[in-house]
Amino acid sequence: MPKINSASELEKLRKEVLSKRDPDKPCIAICAGMGCLSLDNGRIISAFEKEINKKLKTKVDMRATGCHGYCEKGPLVVIYPEEICYVEVLPKDVPEIVSQTVLGKKVIDRLIYTDPDTGQKASHQSEIPFYKNQMRHLMSNNTKIDPRSIDDYLAVGGYFALSKSLLEMSPEEVLEDIKKAKLRGRGGGGFAAGRKWETARNAPGKEKYVIVNSHEGELGAFMDRALFTGNPHCVLEGLIIGAYAVGSHQGFIYTRHDTPQLKSNIETALAQAEEYGLLGENILGSGFNFNVEVHLDIGIFVSGESSALMKSIEGNTPEPRPKYIHTSVKGIWGKPSVLNNVETWANVPLIINKGSEWYAGTGTERSKGTKLVSLSGNIINTGVAEVPFGTTIREIVYSIGGGIPKGKKLKAVHFGGPMGGSIPESLLDTPLDFDELAKLGAPIGAGSMLVLDEDASMVDVARYFLDFLSSESCGKCVPCREGIRQMLKILNNISDGKGTKGDIKLLEEISEVTGAASLCALGKTAADPLRSTLRYFRDEYETNIDKVKSPAEKRE
Amino acid sequence: MGKQKKTSEIIIQIDGKEVKAAEGMTVLEAAQKADIFIPTLCHHEKLEPYGACRICTVEAEVRGWTNLVTACLYPVEQDLVVRTRSEKVDRIRKMILEFLLAHAPCSPQLQDLAQEYGADRDRFEKESSFCILCGLCVRYCAEVKKKNAVGFVDCGARREIRFIPEIAAKECHSCKECFELCPTSYLQAAFVLTESFAFSRDSSPPELKK
Repeated sequence: MPKINSASELEKLRKEVLSKRDPDKPCIAICAGMGCLSLDNGRIISAFEKEINKKLKTKVDMRATGCHGYCEKGPLVVIYPEEICYVEVLPKDVPEIVSQTVLGKKVIDRLIYTDPDTGQKASHQSEIPFYKNQMRHLMSNNTKIDPRSIDDYLAVGGYFALSKSLLEMSPEEVLEDIKKAKLRGRGGGGFAAGRKWETARNAPGKEKYVIVNSHEGELGAFMDRALFTGNPHCVLEGLIIGAYAVGSHQGFIYTRHDTPQLKSNIETALAQAEEYGLLGENILGSGFNFNVEVHLDIGIFVSGESSALMKSIEGNTPEPRPKYIHTSVKGIWGKPSVLNNVETWANVPLIINKGSEWYAGTGTERSKGTKLVSLSGNIINTGVAEVPFGTTIREIVYSIGGGIPKGKKLKAVHFGGPMGGSIPESLLDTPLDFDELAKLGAPIGAGSMLVLDEDASMVDVARYFLDFLSSESCGKCVPCREGIRQMLKILNNISDGKGTKGDIKLLEEISEVTGAASLCALGKTAADPLRSTLRYFRDEYETNIDKVKSPAEKRE
Repeated sequence: MGKQKKTSEIIIQIDGKEVKAAEGMTVLEAAQKADIFIPTLCHHEKLEPYGACRICTVEAEVRGWTNLVTACLYPVEQDLVVRTRSEKVDRIRKMILEFLLAHAPCSPQLQDLAQEYGADRDRFEKESSFCILCGLCVRYCAEVKKKNAVGFVDCGARREIRFIPEIAAKECHSCKECFELCPTSYLQAAFVLTESFAFSRDSSPPELKK
């Protein structure tokens, strides 16, 4: 494959790829995302391969795609061009799908989605409530491409934004677009991406770095790996554009050591992009050079924290450093470094392609675009959903998530994992928005939404997260390490019926010190789940403490 | 920090007193130069600032915004206003001391500070690990001696210091410079334990071999 040297060559290649594809030719898209993979979809993929290899090789295409999002109903199979969606497919269904649907163009009733409440059936993805109520700007391509094929990405318009940026726009113009789009970091902080890029761009020094944070350590968060595994080129394209805007020639992808599929898809994407001339020297003939290195994490939660992550890339222990000087000024090896989350980078090509005005048309006043959320806990539809900012939490939980199983009542929705907070049922009409949720003490975090029903104990929720953090903090600074230790002890006591009257006050006092004096964001927010549960579910703590038996009772 | 290069003078205010500092200095360095005391536990002038104990937390006001920062790391800047004591600062220091006293109730350094800040050494249940993880030994060995004979192991609440027997057996007998840095004397105990459990016979010092 000769390297692509200009916009016209890229366009020519895209047309070539498309010309070889017949839009009417049947194609079977099998979800090979993390969730379906664990449901043994490998057997389904090989069953399809067997069926097709028999006699249909030229007549039918198939691809193992990234996550479709609807993990609850996996393994998922979508048959194109009709876009018929089959749920909970088993290997034994495969021959029938091929003969009946792919060839016979008939829908198999038993395999399509049935609404558990109304009994209504939906044969197309777009008719299923889980998908119907989403706005899938980033995730929709996951069903359309094989993550290991750059041609598939080109076929859906991939790398057009890169060519537009490098060949038609100045770095300043790209930066201006990102700023105008009001893109905010999706990793948890919600910091304005454009401002971060600008700081790094203006920071002294020739060498600058751009980094994808694909650590995704937040408990209950699985949207980044769904997106990155399923559409790695989209994130990579965003990263290269960002590098161009910042003036960086070296990028890093910091990702999980425990997800081999993700790692292998990233590496394939990098190799293909390089082969096509979209990475490396003189990208698309623009004169811009950029390389990317993949770095695996060491599997501790705090290594996703920006300064710890950068230390890890340097080859040191991932311990955070205070950021009195921002990492966008002094990051890896003291050089200006822009760290953005997977989802943030994935938004970049979209902004360049469709324009900042179009982009800023979605969302709320201060939170623009869409947000990926991962739904888990006591919810009917577990999975990855993408909604515009401003969608109410109620809509996400009920219209997309399908509500609470077994007719139970919802008690709380917990955002942001161990550094997040819970909101009670009464606040479900709050819109999904960085600032609105932060005001309620339940910052959106990276986007994990843990739904809890009436049986959940909120004391246990707080205890669970602190227990997690007690071994996942680095342990360097005293307020975080010791504060977590002491708060966890008190919560254990309360849970075990050994709580005492002053416990709540002491918890509040410790959480204040931990929040104010810790070194990094992990320590500063470690008590947030505790604080939010104390704010909205104080009675549960009090009841637990009041239940404590007197010494006389205990002896009995 | 910044000691090498000659740089412009910066005037800051610490506890109402005007203090001259140089660019690249930390608040702690500026305060020490002006004989203003800020308590420290993990700081040592020969070592890179670490910012782990947080006992040097002070209030720093820049352009009307007040933040809690660690003096050992926070760089001075023009018109910075520092308050080394305030109700908030004292409350933080008190609790940090109480946290640490649960581990090392008899450390003289901690006891002195506890008196100053009214810290109750029995506030939290004793978990006498004796080490307060200030990292002075670890960093001294790494940064000054460049031997790495003692290091941190594990993370979070399970973090502790350990001598690495293979290195310690070779390097420590003739050095032991870190011993006097330890605010709790735990280090010596840790060394003796390592020595008795993990050093091989050949590595014992000559006087013990007889």
